[in-house]
Parts: sequence; C-alpha cells; structure tokens
Amino acid sequence: MIELRDITKIYNKKGAAVTALRNVDLQVEKGDIYGVIGYSGAGKSTLVRLINYLEEPTEGQVLIEGVDLASYSVSELRAKKKQIGMIFQHFNLLESKTVFDNVALPLVLLKEKKQVIEKRVYELLAFVGLEDKAKQYPNELSGGQKQRVGIARALASNPTILLCDEATSALDPQTTDSILKLLKKINEEYNITVVIITHEMEVVKQICDKVAVMEKGEIIEQGAVIEVFGNPKHPTTETFVRTVIKNEVPDSLKQAIQKDGNSKLLKLDFLNQSSSEPLISKLIQRFHVKVNILFANTTDIQGAMLVTLIVQLEGEGAKAKEVIQFLEGNDVAVQEVVYP
Amino acid sequence: MISTTITMDQFMLSIYQTIQMVSISLIIGSVLGIPLGILVVVTRPGGIIENKWVYGLLNPIINIVRSVPFIILLVAIIPLTKLIVQTSIGTSAAIVPLTIYIAPYIGRLVENSLLEVNPGIMEAAEAMGATPYQVIRYFLLPEAFGSLILSLTTATIGLIGATAMAGAVGAGGVGDMAIVYGYQRFDTFVIIATVVVLVVFVQVIQSLGNVLARKVRRG
Ligand SMILES: Nc1ncnc2c1ncn2[C@@H]1O[C@H](COP(=O)(O)OP(=O)(O)O)[C@@H](O)[C@H]1O
Ligand SMILES: [Mg+2]
Repeated sequence: MIELRDITKIYNKKGAAVTALRNVDLQVEKGDIYGVIGYSGAGKSTLVRLINYLEEPTEGQVLIEGVDLASYSVSELRAKKKQIGMIFQHFNLLESKTVFDNVALPLVLLKEKKQVIEKRVYELLAFVGLEDKAKQYPNELSGGQKQRVGIARALASNPTILLCDEATSALDPQTTDSILKLLKKINEEYNITVVIITHEMEVVKQICDKVAVMEKGEIIEQGAVIEVFGNPKHPTTETFVRTVIKNEVPDSLKQAIQKDGNSKLLKLDFLNQSSSEPLISKLIQRFHVKVNILFANTTDIQGAMLVTLIVQLEGEGAKAKEVIQFLEGNDVAVQEVVYP
Repeated sequence: MISTTITMDQFMLSIYQTIQMVSISLIIGSVLGIPLGILVVVTRPGGIIENKWVYGLLNPIINIVRSVPFIILLVAIIPLTKLIVQTSIGTSAAIVPLTIYIAPYIGRLVENSLLEVNPGIMEAAEAMGATPYQVIRYFLLPEAFGSLILSLTTATIGLIGATAMAGAVGAGGVGDMAIVYGYQRFDTFVIIATVVVLVVFVQVIQSLGNVLARKVRRG
C-alpha cells in the first residue's frame, strides 16, 4: 500500500548538504498501524513527509498503491494528497477559525455543498467527541481537544492513510492514551492505514503492529512489534525497548549473585506462545539442572505477553549448551549475561 | 476672539481634502499593494509558487521606491503625474505620488504580516492538497487578517503624514493650509489647529485599527 524504495533524501541549505535519509526501504500494508521510532534528527519527519510528497526524494521512489508519486501531475498529486490525512505535533489549526470551520476546510477545498459539509463536520466532531465545541476557537481548547480537532480535520476528506508526526509528543501521558485509543478506533472502524512517527516507545507498545527503528537517516531494524520488543538486535533498539520493558536486574541483586565456575546467568525472553507451557519445570526434569530464578518481568503488548526471566543455571558446560538449545527450540530467546 | 487669517469654511475644506487624498490613495494603494505583498510572499524562495524572476523583480522595486523620501518622489514624478491627471498641482495631482508612495509600503507591510503566519499552517494546507489560490484564500489571508488590519492602520498613518507634505505642491488639505497660512503668513493658530487635526486623525485611526484587529483575532 505504501512503499518506499531505496530512498535517499539530501537537503541543500546554503551550500551545505544534509543527508536526512540514506537508502531507506519501507513497506506498510493496508490496515497496518506502523510505528517509526528514533531520536530527534534521525529523519523520521522527512520520511513521513515523503509519503504525502511534502518532500520529494533525491533518489528512489515513493509508491502508494503501486503507483510512483513522481508519475503524477501537480493536480493529480493534490488529489492524491486529499486521500492522505496528516496530523501534527503542534496541531497546526487555524487560530482565526472555529472548530467547525477548521474541520470543514478540506471539504471547502473540495468545493462540497454547504449542507454536505455541515452534516459531515458534525459527524466527525461526534466521532472525536467534540460535538459541543463546534463554535469554539482553538485557543479555547486543551491540547488533547486540539489534537481531536486535528484528527477530525484529517479525516474529513475520507483518507485511506493517516500520517501522524509526533502527534502525542506535546500531550501528557493520560491525554496521549486517549488520543492513541482514538487512532486505534480510526484504524479499526474505517480500516485506515496509520503511520505513527514518535520518539516514545510507549506509543509503539500501545498501538503499533509493526515498527521501524531509525538512526542517522537509516532504518536499523524493522518488524512486528512483539518480535522487535522480544528480541531487539541493535543496541539503539534495545535502549528504546528498555524504556518500556524494565528488565534490568537491580544492582543489589547483581552484587548478591555468587560467582562460581559452574553457574551461568541466562536472560530468557519468552514470546507469547511459549509462556503458557511449564517450560522451566520441563527443563529441570529433563536435564536435571538447578534453576534459580533471579528476576521476572511480564509486559503486555496489546494482549501479547512478553515474559523475561533471568535465571542462574547450575550444571556443567556441556549440559548448559543442551539447555540453551532446548530453550531456543521452544521460541525462547536466550542470552548469556555477565555482571562485572 | 482668536485672530486668524482663515475662515471656518477654508478650514473645513482643507480637512475634507485631506480625508479625500488619504482615502483615495489608500484605496488605490491597497489595490496595488496588497496583491504586491502577496506576490512577494508566494514567489519568494521557499514560497508556495517560488519564482525567482518575479520575486527578483518586485523585491528591488519595492526597495527602490521605499528608499526615496516622499518629498523627492513628489517632485521626481511630476511628468508622470501630468500624464495621468493632466495637471501637476492640486488635490488630484497629489494622489498620484501618494499612491506610488504608499503602494510599495503597503506591499512590504502585507508581506511582513503574511510571513508571520505559522509555517505549520502552510504545511497543513499543503498536506490537504490546496491549490496556491486556496492556500492564499483559505489559510494565509484569514490567519493574517488581524495583522493585516494593523498593517493598513500603519500605512494610513504614514499616508496622513505624506499628505501633509504634499501641501508643498499646493495639494490642498491641512498641510497646504499650514504652509500657506501658518508658515508664510505667520498665523500661529493655523499651525496649532493643523497639528491638533493631525493628532486626532492619527489617534482615531490607530484606535479603530486596534479595535478591529482585536475583534478579528479573537480572545
Ligand atoms: N527543510 C530542511 N532543510 C535542511 N535540513 C533539514 C530540513 N528538514 C530536516 N532537515 C535535516 O534532516 C535531518 C532529519 O530531520 P527530521 O526528518 O526532521 O528528523 P526527526 O523528525 O527524526 O527529528 C536533520 O539533520 C535535520 O536538520
Ligand atoms: Mg520530527
């Protein structure tokens, strides 16, 4: 549905060239809620602005439903943009217009009839829970309400894609929650594909199906959220994951762990399916090893449970190898940890 | 009794002429200056219809006209004034230099007002697939409206000053009266009356502008 093919984007500002994106490939399927996470300056905004061609790629192609946006004429491109809604960190509402008029704008641009506009705007305001605010001005609303207006406005022209650039970054955690729920509802009820740019892993954890992690203009890791959370490969990804999954062993425990030649410390990440099985007791019975559970944590990622255990395994080296093989064969990511 | 060389009728006529010159040149100046300001904003580098030829032409023209003091402009364009209104003295003759003076000034003020519009609004407009005309009509102008009113207020006040100066070419109006009766015939009352009239004009226009701007800007 959305496909970025080998995109490179270079900004030229006063002779200095900034490479904002380098050889980026990304595929978003219809109905996805796709998260793009990265630190400030990673190139996230540039990436999302390519999808509605607010920026043109220096190299590579942007395809929407298989058609390269570069192949459209200027007016075809404008028509295409109406099928892609966008919401912003700072809402970008017109301060001089009422909530009603803000939401009506995309329809006015489409030259819709007055009655059609009125009906649709009230429908949208009801959907986002702001029917009673139609006659108010943006500066009379809270941040969360402003973003709801932004969302209603983005949906006015019946888009198939909704782009969100740091849409919750200016909001407090509770308001963020309610906006994310609204985005989820949009995705489910209207089957709109949602692309979410964020620097907060919490956002990804709460509603995204898939995630791409960006650093310095490149996508360093991408995949299903549960997999990326369960088994982050890149150190930056791991740092992000750790912001929502607190699976660090407390220092006091680290110090208490007795070091002896025969024991190994293993970090086990159980993906959803295996956590219901009594894997640990199976392991003890089969391999006759001592397993000492030092730490356990469960994180709920949209209903899927991600369980992390840190265990001390006592047994000779050869046995440990077998144990690890057995666990890995049961969808457990195993990592040996060493505390200095 | 105050002793003065002018009659009440002369005084009222001069006020009427000032209002006439200010309003006519303000209207024509706005008709030229507002589109000029818009054009400069949309064609500037990074504007919605970036065009370095149009921008490269208009921007220096504004600067050049703006850098000529009004009193010099007044004299310099006498041939043009003659061509347009068939005379180089009187109220209608003053309207030509006044308009040429104020149009680029309004252009520059409008430009500044439009540039103040939050760039995020322009981004939203672009993301909605608005045409350049729609961007101007539905986003840029409404968002800048309050600021535009204040800009036109400033322009009007500038125009009142210039109109008084136009008295030098016998344009009529309070400025002319101040020169002919007040300065040349040492009639202090006329000078004082002129200053009072100008101060009242400026005060009224500024207050009106402020009130209107506040009203459209909302809370
Ligand atoms: N219009 C622009 N002109 C020049 N450089 C830009 C422009 N937009 C972004 N950049 C640069 O591109 C890089 C990526 O920026 P951006 O996509 O905004 O990152 P993010 O949204 O992840 O913070 C940064 O180094 C930024 O300075
Ligand atoms: Mg950004």
